Amino acid sequence: MTVSDQPVHLPNGGSTYENGVHEALLGDPSKLTQPIKDVKDKYELLPAFLKVRGLVKQHIDSFNYFINQEIKKIVRAKGNERVTCDTDPNFYFKYTDIFVGRPQVEEDYITTGITPQACRLRDMTYAAPISVDVEYTRGKEIIVRKGKNGVGAVVIGRMPLMLRSDRCVLKGKSEAQLAELGECPLDPGGYFVVKGAEKVILIQEQLSRNRIIIDLDSKGQVSASVTSSTHERKSKTNIVVGKKGQICMKHNAFAEEVNMAAVLRAMGVESDQEILALVGSEPGLAAMLAPTLQEAKSMGLFIQQQALEYLGARLKAGKQQYSSRRTRSKVDEVRDVLANVVVCHIPVHQFDYQQKAIYMAVMMRRMLAAMIDPSLIDDRDYYGNKRLELAGGLLALLFEDLFKRMNNELKRTADNTLSKANRASQFDAAKNLHVEMISQGMESAISSGNWTIRRFRMERKGVTQVLSRLSFIAALGMMTRITSQFEKTRKVSGPRALQPSQWGMLCPADTPEGESCGLVKNLALMTHVTTDEEEAPLARLAYLLGTQPASLVSGFEHSSRGVAMVFLNGSILGIHRRPKRLVKEFRRLRRAGRVGEFVSIFLQQDSVYIASDGGRVCRPLIICDRGAPRVTSEHTAKLKRGEWAFNDFLREGLVEYLDVNEENNALIALYERNCGPATTHLEIEPFTVLGVVAGLIPYPHHNQSPRNTYQCAMGKQAMGNIAYNQLNVFDTLLYLLVYPQRPLLTTKTIELVGFDKLGAGQNATVAVMSYSGYDIEDAIIMNRASLDRGFGRCIVLRKYGTVLKKHQNRAQDIVQAAGIPSGQSKATGRHKLLDVDGIAAPGEIASPGEILINKLVPMSTKDPLPPNMTSLPLSHYKPAPVSWKGPPGESCIVDKVLLTQNDDGHNVIKTLMRHTRRPEVGDKFSSRHGQKGVVGAIVAQEDMPFSERGICPDLIMNPHGFPSRMTVGKMIELIGSKAAVSSGRFHYGTAFGEGTGLADTVDSISKTLVEHGFSYSGKDQLTSGSSGEPLEAYIFMGPVYYQKLKHMVLDKMHARARGPRVVLTRQPTEGRSRDGGLRLGEMERDCLIGYGASMLLLERLMISSDQFQVHVCNHCGLLGYYDANVGCAVCPSTKSSDDMATLKLPYACKLLFQELQSMNIVPRLKLAEA
Amino acid sequence: MGSDSKTVRTSKKQRADQAASADQPGQLPEHLQNQQQYMTCGDNLNYNVSIGNSAHLFSALGIDNSWSHKKFQRDLRVAMKWVKGNDMEFDIIGIDPAIANALRRILISEIPTVAIEHVYMVQNTSIIACEVLSHRLGLVPVLVDPDLLKDKLVKSGQLVWLPNGSEMPEETNCRFASSQSSLLGAEGARLVHDDILLAKMRPGQEIVLEAHCIRGIGAEHAKWSPVATAWYRLQPEVVILEPIVGSKADSLAQICPGLFTVEGSGPSRRAVAGNARQHEKQLEKVRRMSGEEEWSEHLQLRKRKDHFIFTIESTGILPPHQLFLRSLDQLAAKCDKLLEHL
Repeated sequence: MTVSDQPVHLPNGGSTYENGVHEALLGDPSKLTQPIKDVKDKYELLPAFLKVRGLVKQHIDSFNYFINQEIKKIVRAKGNERVTCDTDPNFYFKYTDIFVGRPQVEEDYITTGITPQACRLRDMTYAAPISVDVEYTRGKEIIVRKGKNGVGAVVIGRMPLMLRSDRCVLKGKSEAQLAELGECPLDPGGYFVVKGAEKVILIQEQLSRNRIIIDLDSKGQVSASVTSSTHERKSKTNIVVGKKGQICMKHNAFAEEVNMAAVLRAMGVESDQEILALVGSEPGLAAMLAPTLQEAKSMGLFIQQQALEYLGARLKAGKQQYSSRRTRSKVDEVRDVLANVVVCHIPVHQFDYQQKAIYMAVMMRRMLAAMIDPSLIDDRDYYGNKRLELAGGLLALLFEDLFKRMNNELKRTADNTLSKANRASQFDAAKNLHVEMISQGMESAISSGNWTIRRFRMERKGVTQVLSRLSFIAALGMMTRITSQFEKTRKVSGPRALQPSQWGMLCPADTPEGESCGLVKNLALMTHVTTDEEEAPLARLAYLLGTQPASLVSGFEHSSRGVAMVFLNGSILGIHRRPKRLVKEFRRLRRAGRVGEFVSIFLQQDSVYIASDGGRVCRPLIICDRGAPRVTSEHTAKLKRGEWAFNDFLREGLVEYLDVNEENNALIALYERNCGPATTHLEIEPFTVLGVVAGLIPYPHHNQSPRNTYQCAMGKQAMGNIAYNQLNVFDTLLYLLVYPQRPLLTTKTIELVGFDKLGAGQNATVAVMSYSGYDIEDAIIMNRASLDRGFGRCIVLRKYGTVLKKHQNRAQDIVQAAGIPSGQSKATGRHKLLDVDGIAAPGEIASPGEILINKLVPMSTKDPLPPNMTSLPLSHYKPAPVSWKGPPGESCIVDKVLLTQNDDGHNVIKTLMRHTRRPEVGDKFSSRHGQKGVVGAIVAQEDMPFSERGICPDLIMNPHGFPSRMTVGKMIELIGSKAAVSSGRFHYGTAFGEGTGLADTVDSISKTLVEHGFSYSGKDQLTSGSSGEPLEAYIFMGPVYYQKLKHMVLDKMHARARGPRVVLTRQPTEGRSRDGGLRLGEMERDCLIGYGASMLLLERLMISSDQFQVHVCNHCGLLGYYDANVGCAVCPSTKSSDDMATLKLPYACKLLFQELQSMNIVPRLKLAEA
Repeated sequence: MGSDSKTVRTSKKQRADQAASADQPGQLPEHLQNQQQYMTCGDNLNYNVSIGNSAHLFSALGIDNSWSHKKFQRDLRVAMKWVKGNDMEFDIIGIDPAIANALRRILISEIPTVAIEHVYMVQNTSIIACEVLSHRLGLVPVLVDPDLLKDKLVKSGQLVWLPNGSEMPEETNCRFASSQSSLLGAEGARLVHDDILLAKMRPGQEIVLEAHCIRGIGAEHAKWSPVATAWYRLQPEVVILEPIVGSKADSLAQICPGLFTVEGSGPSRRAVAGNARQHEKQLEKVRRMSGEEEWSEHLQLRKRKDHFIFTIESTGILPPHQLFLRSLDQLAAKCDKLLEHL
């Protein structure tokens, strides 16, 4: 009798449904066959979910987990807790606890709290002190230092804080309080402020660790691999098929592939029978094991000692790190390697290898099974095999590394100091901590994005990015972005393709085009990423539910029929004889809230996997009993009344989180009508498959799918409102729309994320027709009167700032008021803008080249100042002004000036320049359907066509934009918006929403239009504005939400007739920013050659570029020079001036000759008479 | 596509019938007259959109199509329909669309008004950017008779009218020879509306500015346009091509209540079309039905090509009827100018 046969008495968690099930089972059976009623307002679960979760909960959760739990675990870990000293055996320094405090900064020895907004403005880091409780020896005494109120006694560094995390000042603040702190209530948080810049740690996607992956290797052979990862070590163990068909282990610690039987034998599984029992005694498997055993026999490996010697001989040389002090035998080393390096995530105590042997046997078993049945080969791209690494996890890695480094440093100091016999004072370890190490390490890693973890030899670049504040949506989209570790250059389609298991977890539309297509992904609306959860209670529970520890049953039982092996986070717990029951009971407990809601359990073939590790993606679903959803209209009514929150649904066991793996054990119905008897779950709302950015698109399910992807890229470039505090920030570049609107045709996502409050576009009346010839290739025609009235008007704010440095020699940068010429009341010329303080005054109108900050820097920053001098005279300064570099002919306005001090105590001056622009020909606009276009012409209102109601379009779009793009969604948006303006109600176009009432149907829209006297089709009769006659065709006209994109002609247009040249080659400079020339490239050159336009070639490539006149000696062929004293050209070698020729060649050619000469190669020109 | 080609075919058939019957000299056959007079609103297209005004258009039929002043004088009618505040609707019958369009275009872009052009900001601590506020100010209609300002400068502030010119002539570089109070009267310049939101301010913020108005036309900037918009449409008519009797008539009256009424009783009861203009919201239905198989033989929506329903929505600077008169003046002036150069 097994344990699991005992009825497990559990407290009944979700009593309501339990009773319901019993009733259904015992009651009238006909009730079961009744059609499933639709759950009214099921959608309301989504706002409730987002209310508790927010949009960036994954980041904040993971960071909170790090600062509350993981950091303590790190400090308590074996290798980190104590610092000892080699020279003084009595010395120790022990950490007893660690705390991350509240954000504060110490300035002039006064500690004050800081806010994120202050950090942004002052270029500081939003960080909190990390403090520890310690116990250590000082001389003979033991000193215990403990802080109180959640603050430690000794500060060991500063931790950059994530906004809206537990320690952040913004946590739990109301809208008014946030406004007080200068923060936008719609800002999601989840990023860091480091040196004034907002930095996001992107979510990193990885193959999951500590899991066996069966894969095909390069030779097409089945192989099993596992990447083990513990706090100390990372190692990858492969089991492959050798040349003779034997099974081998491949590992970095061994120089070559080693026989698997030998490995098992070295671990104490000595007899062939035992090996067979562990791997599997089925006839097929046994036969496949034969070559392995055969080889072991032929090599004479029968007992553990022989196997250890065999392995010892194959150990990689140079692996001496375990025997640094005393030399050990190879056998001891192998024992150590097997215990600590190979499959290191399975712990080995006292060299008891049993667990590890079982694990490796399971690897072999799964590998052999896959050789028989190739369908068992794992898919690397399957999302259940992926883990997402979040800010918390990455910072934990970094912190542990820095913490270890700091401890090593302390140890070294202790070694040095304590080795000296006579010291002046007692060595106080707490005063010798390198506090800067952690602070600087964290700060520089986040601000540069380079993650260097020494102990894993990890070197990652681009982990963090600057939060894009181009638009509200861009910032939001960045917080849900996932980057993959996969190389961008490899031409494999697998990792880029949309995997079916990503359904509901990742947005299918939001991915960039080009090289990182499919590698950069975005989370869907309801996705949650888990954090680590305690394993021990789960293991205890699994044993309680009848799992037998693997060590207590014989090997043959592992593989017997009906018995499942139970895994917890990749390690073997044991076996269970009734796995289905285990899974069922486990889930029941989870729904009752006895197990963490994010713990997943699922059954696959003959294994039960329990997962509680962090980084799994999961999403909430409504639980169904035999197809009947547990959430009923009563529940949603409670939600609507505000009696319930989302967590109540979780608590009552009505809704649960499923991760990708567990979804495979579920049958999920999309709608109530799809529910059948086997249905286990019901989707909350279909549109949650899309992410935040794709959620802006109305009717995306009517569009061709790439169009949605294009819009996802463009939505991030649209101008509009950035945040409520947009006018109080000093960003390098900020684009704002003067009159942003909320879309007439909105979606539920728009309302949930707050895009309706921070819109990025305007509802333009669009006529789909051809007009003039200026609308080809997606160009659009604009109504000039609309532009006069403010359509598409935008403000560009650009920061020009400088730091007034304090130099080593006590000299300082200064700002100097401009001198006022006599007879003038104000400064003139370039200094026109300057106020009495030497900084441009707000409200002044600037033209290009004018000085904004009249900074002076000392000429010498090294030589010490004369002792009696406090400041330098003006003559010792040279000007280093900050001036406005605007496009010529434009003027802009000084918006704001900020004077403040940064972290280092330097004064900082920032000026914000404001430029208001009205759309011009060439500016880029786009609708929300991936239909971008530039303004082709601006037409006067009287020339635009008008409808019978006197409506004149703001914008004319060419109908050729539709057939090939197939953006039907845009057409529906147009008629929907038209119905919205005529009925006075905002219409909805939520994805897949027609069925559930979250989107208006075309039918109902047409009805509204007809009611208001419009054509059902959205077409109007227009009259030509120029001829005055009615147009023959009816024109599809109505409002469409248009976005103005950041690409504007003013920033791009460039032309040059003559201008600056590069000093070295004397050729024209390159690039717009340097007023460069327009290059006649290789291909253009080829054209001219093909055409035979030799004179044009000569003119373009030499005369207009770097023509240079040289003198060549006809005898020696070397370049001569012109001697002004003699008045003629001179040969460089003979100094004679007879027979010198003059010719013109490109300066670059002359340069080449001289460079060759400098390398002892003599180019000689042989001239002939032309 | 099939249905509208049918519509065309029906009319062709009619044309053949009518061509045979109407053969009096000097008058166009009925179908041609219809073509000349009406635009037919088909299911997918408007037919006979343009007007044939070439003198030789019907010379083959022996008919002179040249424009005659007498006929124009006889046919031209202008009828005022309604005036509501700043809006006005009236009919012009018997003119060419070019004339109507010219009037519309003049109204939108060529009648001068006065609007704020220069704004001199003295202090602005509010949230709104100076240039944005100035742009908004520019769009506010200013109630000044533009005729008073012919080629002269006028000044008007939103809050205080400065009859004596700029209070900061140094900065604005604007001085008056004499006060404008004599020009504009005691009341001075003011705005059409007092309730246009220009900016929002928090306590402690201030905006001090001086705004200078200039006379200009809509062609230069929309702020000088005296109309919110001005447009015309054609007089609609619903025609019953073939009598609709019996239950069909009932259903028609039900679909478009008011527009169609049933006359008589019994099986010979027939539908009668009412005044199309009074039921404009129903016209789209009629147009759509005229493309449907069931009704295409019976119903037609058409519009008179020389009957323009003109609407002027004034911004309030000038009353709409005056605007219309001014547009006529402008048109006449343009004609004079043309004649001068001919």
